Amino acid sequence: MAKTIQEINEKIKKGKAVVYTAEEIIDVVKKKGVKKAAAEVDLVTTGTFAPMCSSGAYFNPGHANPRIKLGGGQVTLNDVPVYTGFAAVDFLVGATAIPDDDPRNKIYPGKFPYGGGHLIEDLVAGKDVRLVARAYGTDCYPRRKLETWIRLEDMNEAVLFNTRNAYQNYNVAVNLSDRIIHTYMGVLHPELRNATYCSAGQLSPLLNDPFYRTIGVGTRIFLGGGIGYVVERGTQHNPSVPRTEQGVPRMGAGTLALMGDLKQMSNRWLRGASFVGYGVTLAVGIGIPIPILDEETLRFTTVTDADIVAQVVDYSEAYPKCVPGSLGEVSYAQLKSGSVTVNGKEIPTAGLSSYARAREVAGILKDWVETGSFLLSEPVAPLPSADSGVQFKPLNERPIVNNNKVAVN
Amino acid sequence: MATKRLVFNFPPNLIEQPLTYQLITDHKLKVNILRARVTPRERGRLVVEVSGSKKNLDAGLKYASDLGVEVKPLAQNVQWSEERCIECTACTSICPTGALSVEREQMRVSFNEDKCIACELCLPTCPYEAVQIIF
Ligand code: SF4
Ligand code: SF4
Repeated sequence: MAKTIQEINEKIKKGKAVVYTAEEIIDVVKKKGVKKAAAEVDLVTTGTFAPMCSSGAYFNPGHANPRIKLGGGQVTLNDVPVYTGFAAVDFLVGATAIPDDDPRNKIYPGKFPYGGGHLIEDLVAGKDVRLVARAYGTDCYPRRKLETWIRLEDMNEAVLFNTRNAYQNYNVAVNLSDRIIHTYMGVLHPELRNATYCSAGQLSPLLNDPFYRTIGVGTRIFLGGGIGYVVERGTQHNPSVPRTEQGVPRMGAGTLALMGDLKQMSNRWLRGASFVGYGVTLAVGIGIPIPILDEETLRFTTVTDADIVAQVVDYSEAYPKCVPGSLGEVSYAQLKSGSVTVNGKEIPTAGLSSYARAREVAGILKDWVETGSFLLSEPVAPLPSADSGVQFKPLNERPIVNNNKVAVN
Repeated sequence: MATKRLVFNFPPNLIEQPLTYQLITDHKLKVNILRARVTPRERGRLVVEVSGSKKNLDAGLKYASDLGVEVKPLAQNVQWSEERCIECTACTSICPTGALSVEREQMRVSFNEDKCIACELCLPTCPYEAVQIIF
């Protein structure tokens, strides 16, 4: 029997919705069978908590007196440069931004102790940060200098806006070279001495709705501890990759662009992260509800870590040089067991995505639904799926020769 | 027999002292160096496992303290903040002793300070500064 989102919302309002996490649902369906479970269960909650570099936040701090036009000027918050190319005082903080005087990788590997991710974490924690601005001055915005303490509650608007989050599957990273390398997948020791992975596997949002049948533009979600929305497909959305028989992408595929009111969020679910030798990022907690509209939506949520495979990629050579192919395929069940076999060698594995925290997110979202404080939204447009032809393309470089003014094809 | 894991902190003027030699010969202690960092003109740091009779151990450690070496139990040196740790497991494949480990059923991470040898390998691995060395 098919259900609608409205019917499920009615049950949520009455406190009668039947909700399981994407982990719990596996056993429920094993015991009851798909048919019976699909009739009983209204909702499955997913979760993930991992570094997601394409995250950021925009702010409006209000106007100083006399007025200053930050647009076109230089602004830092706790020394982290922010983007000001908007009207007078809106600005955007990117998770990977770092202070101009950070030595970066000059003394390799750089430590990257503070950046945009940490700034967002500090603001969400309610801390005061230093805003320093230089502007060029106009007749209507005469001021050229501003230095002030500011905190989240002082801002008019503070919105988390992430252009690419919640990757549907990801690479497993290893290092075939003879030197240690420092990557966004962590520290990789030479000659296949360790492997890192980054997905919540069976709890991960898009792995429980592999063809985006319920998650679309406008879907209400758990974001950073507050409520957020899916606003678009994420950048690099790549739904047409090879999939398993059950429809699970065998590598990085779909992504989501997300936004939400930063003022509701918490620093437990937005955490600045420093990757030695690489840079700064932001760990984001995301939970997406999957309404059980029919048997098929339910069947997709019963995916287990043993069903989800990922590609092992060498980050010393293949990744930086865009060499396609992989060293092999491993399942998340193997990855989570603590070791995998690559090129005939057993190597220890470690995660970057926290499975324990993913479970916590799914549990919180379940709680919100059960207590009636979270209602489902109806998506207003679908995301491009496996049959859309949408593909993630590499950059086609067209060199600018002799400073010519007209582009060549 | 008693065994202790200790951190010796040397002021620059004591770096030249053959401390371990004295502990072995004069105090009949078994000294296993787990980690050493000695830079001329800077503070030196030696992480050791020392075993011997209780009497010899006490006497040996008194000798070190009297010299001006700061002696601290190892456990105090590496601190894991449960609050800062997000339980990603990134450090657990690097930790050589299993001091940082994962309980696989629930994927929960914990720190057992008795197993930690203060090798510091986990420090650059943790993106959240959840493990810190108190110098
Ligand atoms: S200092 Fe070394 S032994 Fe101690 S927890 Fe870190 S990696 Fe493990
Ligand atoms: S790397 Fe850091 S955050 Fe991750 S499990 Fe280890 S101590 Fe915790």
